[in-house]
Amino acid sequence: MRENVVIRTVARLSIPFIQLFSLYVIVHGASGAGGGFQGGVVFAASFILMLIAFGLSGIRSRLGEKGAMVLATVGLFIYAGIGLLCTLFSGNYLEYAAIESALGIPHIHAFLIDIVEAGIGITVMAVMTLIILDFADREGMIRD
Amino acid sequence: MKIPALIAVLLIGIILFWAVEDMPAFGDPDAPANHHVAQMYIERTRPDIGIDNIVTAILASYRGFDTLGETAVIFTAGISVVLLLRRGGEQ
Repeated sequence: MRENVVIRTVARLSIPFIQLFSLYVIVHGASGAGGGFQGGVVFAASFILMLIAFGLSGIRSRLGEKGAMVLATVGLFIYAGIGLLCTLFSGNYLEYAAIESALGIPHIHAFLIDIVEAGIGITVMAVMTLIILDFADREGMIRD
Repeated sequence: MKIPALIAVLLIGIILFWAVEDMPAFGDPDAPANHHVAQMYIERTRPDIGIDNIVTAILASYRGFDTLGETAVIFTAGISVVLLLRRGGEQ
């Protein structure tokens, strides 16, 4: 697949736009259709396209198995950390209104939801990439 | 063809279609699902949270604990796939 100029050129052109669109979907979650799950899957789709076009070594130089594993954990810890942050402001676990009333900033509730959505997106993206990396490695179908 | 299996499938199918009769019509405002907490979500999302998307408000704020569990489920599924598929550490 590596010598196919058309696939490599189209992938190189479209991957940045796919990733930009996925970030838009994640950030747009509070005001329209979107959210962490959808945006994370779209981001993982860009990595799958990268795997098809550039092979295993092409994707491993950007996001390897170890990096994807760390990112999956980091996303979950962002979510759980926001929950713990609410208990530090003397609220219940995941009670964002406690932070809002303690700091007195009016729109921080929506901002915290955006952070939580970003955490979900990171975890979903990393897990999808991890699965596709292990499948490609095991099947021996995609070689560079 | 197995006759007992066919009879069982037909029987369960008849029961299911019989139950469909009792379901509320699509978009019925008097349906039980529209009476419980849906009205509260629609009225209070804007003053409580300050965002426009009611779905996101329910997903990330009103039922945030549920979504945290969902994320943990996805994480666990990924770890399980890695444990099952990845080759041994020797190579």
